[in-house]
Amino acid sequence: MLLRTITLAATAVATLATAVPAMAEGGHFIPVLSYRTGPYAPNGVPFANGYVDYFEMLNHRDGGVGGVPFILEECETGYKTDRGIECYDRLKNNSGGAVVLSPWSTGTTYGLLEKAAKDEIPIVTLGYGRTSAADGRVFPWVFNFPATYWSQASSMVRYIGQEMGGLDKLKGKKITLVHFDHPGGREPIPTLELLSQKYGFELEKLPVALNSLSEQKSTWLQVRKNRPDYVLFFGWGVMNSTGMKEASAIRYPMDKMLGWWWSGAEADVSPAAEAAKGYKAFTMHGAGTNYKVFESIKAAHAAGKGYKGEAMGDVLYNRGMVNAAYIAEAMVVAQKHFNKKQLTGADVRWGLENLNITKERIEELGLTGLMPVTKVTCENHEGTTPAALVQQWDGTKWNIISDWIPAMSEVVRPLVEQDAALYAKENNITPRTCS
Amino acid sequence: MLYREAGDFKTSYAKDQALIPIRQDRTMLYICIAIALVLPFVASDYFLGSIAIPVLIMVIAAIGLNLLLGFCGQISLGSGAFMAAGAYMAYKFATAFPWMPMPVSIILAGIATALIGLAFGLPAVRIKGFYLAVATLAAQFFLLWLFTHVPWFVNYSISGVPTPPPTTVLGVYVTGADAPNWAKYLFVLAFCAGLTWVAYNLVRSRIGRTWMAIRDMDIAAELIGIRPLWTKLTAFAISSFYCGIAGALWSFCFINTVEPTAFDINRSFQILFMVIIGGLGSILGSYFGAIFITLFPILLNSAPAWFGLDIPGNIITNLEFMIFGAMIVFFLIAEPNGLARLWQLGKEKLRLWPFPH
Repeated sequence: MLLRTITLAATAVATLATAVPAMAEGGHFIPVLSYRTGPYAPNGVPFANGYVDYFEMLNHRDGGVGGVPFILEECETGYKTDRGIECYDRLKNNSGGAVVLSPWSTGTTYGLLEKAAKDEIPIVTLGYGRTSAADGRVFPWVFNFPATYWSQASSMVRYIGQEMGGLDKLKGKKITLVHFDHPGGREPIPTLELLSQKYGFELEKLPVALNSLSEQKSTWLQVRKNRPDYVLFFGWGVMNSTGMKEASAIRYPMDKMLGWWWSGAEADVSPAAEAAKGYKAFTMHGAGTNYKVFESIKAAHAAGKGYKGEAMGDVLYNRGMVNAAYIAEAMVVAQKHFNKKQLTGADVRWGLENLNITKERIEELGLTGLMPVTKVTCENHEGTTPAALVQQWDGTKWNIISDWIPAMSEVVRPLVEQDAALYAKENNITPRTCS
Repeated sequence: MLYREAGDFKTSYAKDQALIPIRQDRTMLYICIAIALVLPFVASDYFLGSIAIPVLIMVIAAIGLNLLLGFCGQISLGSGAFMAAGAYMAYKFATAFPWMPMPVSIILAGIATALIGLAFGLPAVRIKGFYLAVATLAAQFFLLWLFTHVPWFVNYSISGVPTPPPTTVLGVYVTGADAPNWAKYLFVLAFCAGLTWVAYNLVRSRIGRTWMAIRDMDIAAELIGIRPLWTKLTAFAISSFYCGIAGALWSFCFINTVEPTAFDINRSFQILFMVIIGGLGSILGSYFGAIFITLFPILLNSAPAWFGLDIPGNIITNLEFMIFGAMIVFFLIAEPNGLARLWQLGKEKLRLWPFPH
């Protein structure tokens, strides 16, 4: 019996080897590497729902982009790097081949940076992944608009300056960075260190180890001892709600605690409930459902498409939508330029690089307030006007409380170019010229 | 009928001492090697890149832990960290000496990892069993902390996640994005085959036999003149060497990034499960365990699509966990000695077939 089971399993493996990719058909195929299970599922579900819903809405309302529908296929990664890469390999040739990909995980993004370029599939990482990919000369296939981690960190410092009444008031102030101890969480440190020298504030770094995200007593004890003027909070997953509870336990004023955009979703603050009231987080798009585009989404839901309003209007749901909207817009640009309907990955890459989303265009799309004005160039894959919004938790929902706060590109950009140059050197890449 | 030693006469001592004495076993091995070599021509890119490569790499890691746990009886929960050490050291060697052939960098990374393993194996001289497991946990946490906090290990890259540089062997890219999957596969296969051969010989040699003596009863072993310090430390060093090479290959030929979270505590447990389910003290068992643990979840995950069933991804994944868990429990109840023991039982049955008594 046992042996027979094993033989059966072996035969199944053999079929795996000979599995052939599906035949090409009309449509733009987009793999969806979602994580609806595992420790980060509370963040992964709304993200994936928003992404899928927006494409399904376009399919329902306009028949896709330029009459070419989107074909979506989900693959569950559980936020694991190796599973993400396996999913990518499994899906990339399906339905005529993937034309664009959003990996939604720092690890998977790093793993695919070069692989996807070789397969001619552009990667869109909305405000995560490798910051120096903003240098389009070294990373032609990777896009990280509307703003990178480093830009966000500089926006945070600018915002603190605004609240204090001028960047010169930062001198001698204490800012504590509580971050998760992973390359992703440590990303903004070089930028903040540079800014602390420039503006003379004291920067204290308190890392939270990956294995103890839900145990931060000692970290916050430090915060209580030092009484910093501001706490910058860079968490992910369960670290967010735990940090919120601990901060309120030491009675740290919540409105002096500023989260980055992966610490500012409903799933992050609702477990802490009232304790998180007043907490502010940075974001790159609007919150809630009070936008014109949601009428179309609801219509698509009514027609039985998409995820039927699950998590609709959540911060990460909207982020998924904005992610999808950028991709769809790049396709419009590419279709117009190449004067054809069915696009390849290379065409979409051109579209992404020549993206110029103006205020009027955003209004046309029904996304006013949800999506920032973005102009991408060949050199600058972050967009020329990186900026961030501040949103505040009022105990039940997020409210946008600021205008777009521009990043300090004059500080960030040299760092980006420096890191990109190092990468190019190690990997024998000759940066292309943009002119 | 098909499988028996009868009639397979040994006419020289060399033949009698051969690694694989039974003719049918040898034929089986040749068939396996032939399949492994033909695979790049027939298998899809997905199979080579996402199934075959990770499985072969995990086989190396599982053999490494098996040498330590299965043959020498020293439990370790630091295999993931030793893989990370291999990955970071290979990255350092490959970037510091770009002229050095990649296989040399990887072997040097393995040796560096062996030295690290030696240091963390020291507690094994004094403590045993669960206590040792806890002591090796220190390696797991300390090493990952070290690699992520000392910028020298990532060549002062600001992003902290280096990408392995592209390298060639005989003019063909074997790492980096330009490397075709078949080349990476053959590169990994060469390492896997070579290390398997070494491991098979090791465990039959003097050093392997001293490991087993220590495993079975350390006091008795000491009494017959085996030095526990030396024996345990060699086991740690060689085991770490294997894990280091596996880690380097994992980063360079599979995920294409040197990322600390790929080698966290879960990886250590995964390797431990491979060894336990595959069979303690069996090299072949490491193969079974690695194949079962890496392949089965992917198999479960893709199975509904082959049958045209449209099940949402999250439900599949949850089902995957349940079925996988149930399978592990089932296997351990049905055969606590692992898949290798099942294989052996199968062979015993074949010997009697078709006239069992």
